[in-house]
Amino acid sequence: MAANNKKKAKNDVFQQESLGRHLKKYWQLYVMMLIPVIYYVIFRYVPMVGNIIAFRRYRAGSSIFGDEWSGLKYFNQFIKDTNFWRAFRNTLALNIKYLVISFPITIIFAILLNEIKNVHYKKLVQTISYLPHFISMVIVAGMIRELVSTSGPINSLIVSMGGEPIQFISLPQWFTTIFVTSGIWQGLGWGTILYLAAMSGINPELYEAASLDGANRLKQIWHVTLPGILPTIMTLLILNIGSLCGSAAFEKVFLLYQPTTYETADIIATYVYRMGLGSGNYSYATAVGLFQGLINIVLLTAANIFSKKTTGSGLY
Amino acid sequence: MAKKVKDTPEASRMIVSPGYRAFTIFNDILIGIICIAMLYPFLYLIAQSFSSTEAIVAGKVGIVPVGFSVDTYKYVLSSGVFLPDYLNTLIYAVIGTVSALVLSSLLAYPLSKPELRCNKFIGPFIIFTMYFAGGMIPNYILMVSLGLKDTVAAFILPGVISTYYVILMRSFFESVPKELEEAGEIDGLSRFGAFIHVALPMSKPILATMTLFYLVQYWNDWFDAFLYLDTQSKWPVAYYLRNLISTSSSSAEDAGEALTIAANIKSCAMVLTAAPIICVYPFIQKYFVAGMMLGGVKG
Repeated sequence: MAANNKKKAKNDVFQQESLGRHLKKYWQLYVMMLIPVIYYVIFRYVPMVGNIIAFRRYRAGSSIFGDEWSGLKYFNQFIKDTNFWRAFRNTLALNIKYLVISFPITIIFAILLNEIKNVHYKKLVQTISYLPHFISMVIVAGMIRELVSTSGPINSLIVSMGGEPIQFISLPQWFTTIFVTSGIWQGLGWGTILYLAAMSGINPELYEAASLDGANRLKQIWHVTLPGILPTIMTLLILNIGSLCGSAAFEKVFLLYQPTTYETADIIATYVYRMGLGSGNYSYATAVGLFQGLINIVLLTAANIFSKKTTGSGLY
Repeated sequence: MAKKVKDTPEASRMIVSPGYRAFTIFNDILIGIICIAMLYPFLYLIAQSFSSTEAIVAGKVGIVPVGFSVDTYKYVLSSGVFLPDYLNTLIYAVIGTVSALVLSSLLAYPLSKPELRCNKFIGPFIIFTMYFAGGMIPNYILMVSLGLKDTVAAFILPGVISTYYVILMRSFFESVPKELEEAGEIDGLSRFGAFIHVALPMSKPILATMTLFYLVQYWNDWFDAFLYLDTQSKWPVAYYLRNLISTSSSSAEDAGEALTIAANIKSCAMVLTAAPIICVYPFIQKYFVAGMMLGGVKG
């Protein structure tokens, strides 16, 4: 980084002297960030460049950047693979269904939470609703398996009402329901934090003025609370749309899916895992992963531009 | 902005109408029900871990243990696998969290200084990794080629600096009054001394938050162990749990005796693994809520 700065300074003769002073004054801060920056180079940027094996032939044990160019061979391969397209569809379907259901529910829950007047009760509710966020996905998956197992409480309920037990975990038509429901359970409370922050920033006089004007509680929520959190809603919506094709669900899907549910459960990240680390097709799997990464950037950029055009505010 | 309402007692008296009160009660009850529903899976797990095998086979266990016994806990704790793995997790979580705190604050603090010229490059350099990253395969290949496979380092290193957490920390450091650090430097502190003796002591809320977040991250991580740790004696407890859960679940159809014992054991192991985190986070709640808010507002 110091080298970087020097190079820049050479272009700008007038800054050279002040650069020396700058380094003398701040060298300790530069030294502080040296190890973290080296970490980023090795553990973030080298793998980023390592994506190049999507275009190169990679042999285990040889260069991590591959041996010889193979062009778009691996891209042509996966584009013809129906399993890839199944994973692609499932990734979008699971993420979109989760977003469409959880996003409004989280906003509603945040508003209801904000309407609790007893401070202690509110804090208790927050503590309880944050709890699932801190639990390991392994335990969440274990809980889900227990709850939906043939001897679990859900099937007990079905049996007691005269139905036949359902093997939820091995039926593809139930995977989306399990995925979305457990996602809401785990993310609902945590998702309210930023909304509650935005709500606490709303001037209380606005509520008083609204109530003097005769607005009831619902109208106050509609005309004061919602506009107050609109920027937060837009920001989170952009981020969520930007990750619609992302791998956030990887751990949960990996822990819950099985060959009988691949049809609806297999997502790009699990597909990449199986093709790459499972079967050793490193370049092929990297090509798929790279494709997904590019889609994510496109989605995020598009969502951001759309938000800037419509509401005047974006992420960057 | 709205005109200041002078007569606040009058205003608040107007707000408390019967409709308002009914809404409050309805809302409190509704949220109470939601909370109970959220707690239900935990209560079910705990009840199962304390219940007798017969009661679980009969499907009698709800949220209250039936045929209360601590035999499952005795069995799990004396199994010879659970406790060593638990100890591994404890060690990894401590090493990982301490390293993560040191490295993240070493990066976040200089980044919070706008007068540092290189931040024009370093900021985007760091943030870019949030938008585009090496995928699972390049990361795996890198770890293997560095010779880190089957070492604890492979478990610690992938998550030791989280870009998102660095940004949260930077936002907090930015809010530390500059004058205090300058005063410290006039008193003879170096730049680094100002960081140690002025900025860090003032940043306890964000440090508490980061401690919790990194602790949770390492405590809960199983996938890096799954990828890199081959030797069983090195496994963290979360990975042990993963194997426990996925091996017995495939036989969910033949709901025999063996499965129910496994369900007992699984619940017990899950309760024991989740317990430390559940006990710690409520005490750090006020810090992390504030920390998330600060970071969230600043973006």
